[in-house]
Amino acid sequence: MTSLIMIMIGNALIHNVVLNQFLGICSFLGVSKQIKASASLGVAVIFVITIASAVASLLYDYVLAPFGLDFMKTIVFILVIAALVQIVEMFLKKTSPAIYKALGIFLPLITTNCAVLGVALTNVQNGYNLIECIVSGFGTAVGYTIAIVLLASIRTRIREEDLPAPLRGAPIVLIAAALMSIAFMGFAGLSF
Amino acid sequence: MNKYTERLYNGIIKENPTMILLLGMCPTLAVSTRAMNGVGMGLSTTAVLILSNLVISLIRKLIPDQVRLPAYIVVVASLVTITELLIEAYLPSLYEALGIYIPLIVVNCIILGRAEAYASKNPPLLSIMDGIGMGLGFTIALTLAGLFRELLGSGTAFGITVLPASVEPIGIFIQPPGAFLIIAVFIAIMNAVGIKTRQRELVEEGCADPVSDNKEGGSAK
Repeated sequence: MTSLIMIMIGNALIHNVVLNQFLGICSFLGVSKQIKASASLGVAVIFVITIASAVASLLYDYVLAPFGLDFMKTIVFILVIAALVQIVEMFLKKTSPAIYKALGIFLPLITTNCAVLGVALTNVQNGYNLIECIVSGFGTAVGYTIAIVLLASIRTRIREEDLPAPLRGAPIVLIAAALMSIAFMGFAGLSF
Repeated sequence: MNKYTERLYNGIIKENPTMILLLGMCPTLAVSTRAMNGVGMGLSTTAVLILSNLVISLIRKLIPDQVRLPAYIVVVASLVTITELLIEAYLPSLYEALGIYIPLIVVNCIILGRAEAYASKNPPLLSIMDGIGMGLGFTIALTLAGLFRELLGSGTAFGITVLPASVEPIGIFIQPPGAFLIIAVFIAIMNAVGIKTRQRELVEEGCADPVSDNKEGGSAK
């Protein structure tokens, strides 16, 4: 149990997927203009990464590893993730149109979010079992959501400021991300 | 300038994928802790980019339009796997340094972006030149970022000590926040001297372009 909590906190805060591992930067910078949209994307990411981690773990343990197809993992995982996003999308559309409406446009964005593939590959590298994979995926996605919602909140404030011209646009967003990253480095002091 | 050298100029200067188009930010931020890592990552990506452009250009008339993006992903993923195995076998220290970011070349927007925007519409030779241009542009940007971070963060360049011992290196630059800062300063300088980046539309859409198409390609299966 303690190890699961450690994986969860480690992935959500200490090795934050965006601010420390640099995965999912595109959507982190791209979608973080509005708090509401960021939160929706965060929920969609939590949903997809958790399921993708479970599926990737099962596939690896029961198909790839027993048959010695370890080297195929990149190809298999990316295809599984792409297909999975499609299935999740269709499933939500049928069963809960309300959630689908809220997450709809963000789901397809997630296929090439490198965080999903990154988590699946890291889990395999660390030799996690199914439960650990799910917790690790969930923790990572929560970390992503925390980071993107925080950045969106900062950006809504930055918009009101009178910035020097060269810093407008991407540079100030990157500087905000750098400061957040410094703050998150503080979590490295968390030890169990 | 003929159309082949024009491709090189376009990739390295005019539409530099990292500096002007702001694509492939994940590897740029992640592996630029040392200049050598930048060169290694840049050249690995270049190799994949050249080959994927070539293969996709060759099979561009065979792939049905609806499934083109899944097909591109399979091509790119296979090439990345080959590259990964070669690096693991022949350059173990680079493999160690780049780690998870080698398989993640698959989801580098530059590669799928060039497949979709260029290789799928142009003949093989031109596509190869486009791959070389874009790849070198990416390599140069990564190496520059790595060089500055290494210089400021550990006082060395390509592993050779450059700054005198009296200059205290600023450790933050080889840690994660330094990556964001260096790229922010690069773009700010380019803004200040008036080099037009296309960051506005691109940062706002992120890598949404190849991605949203991707979804349609997939769902139409």
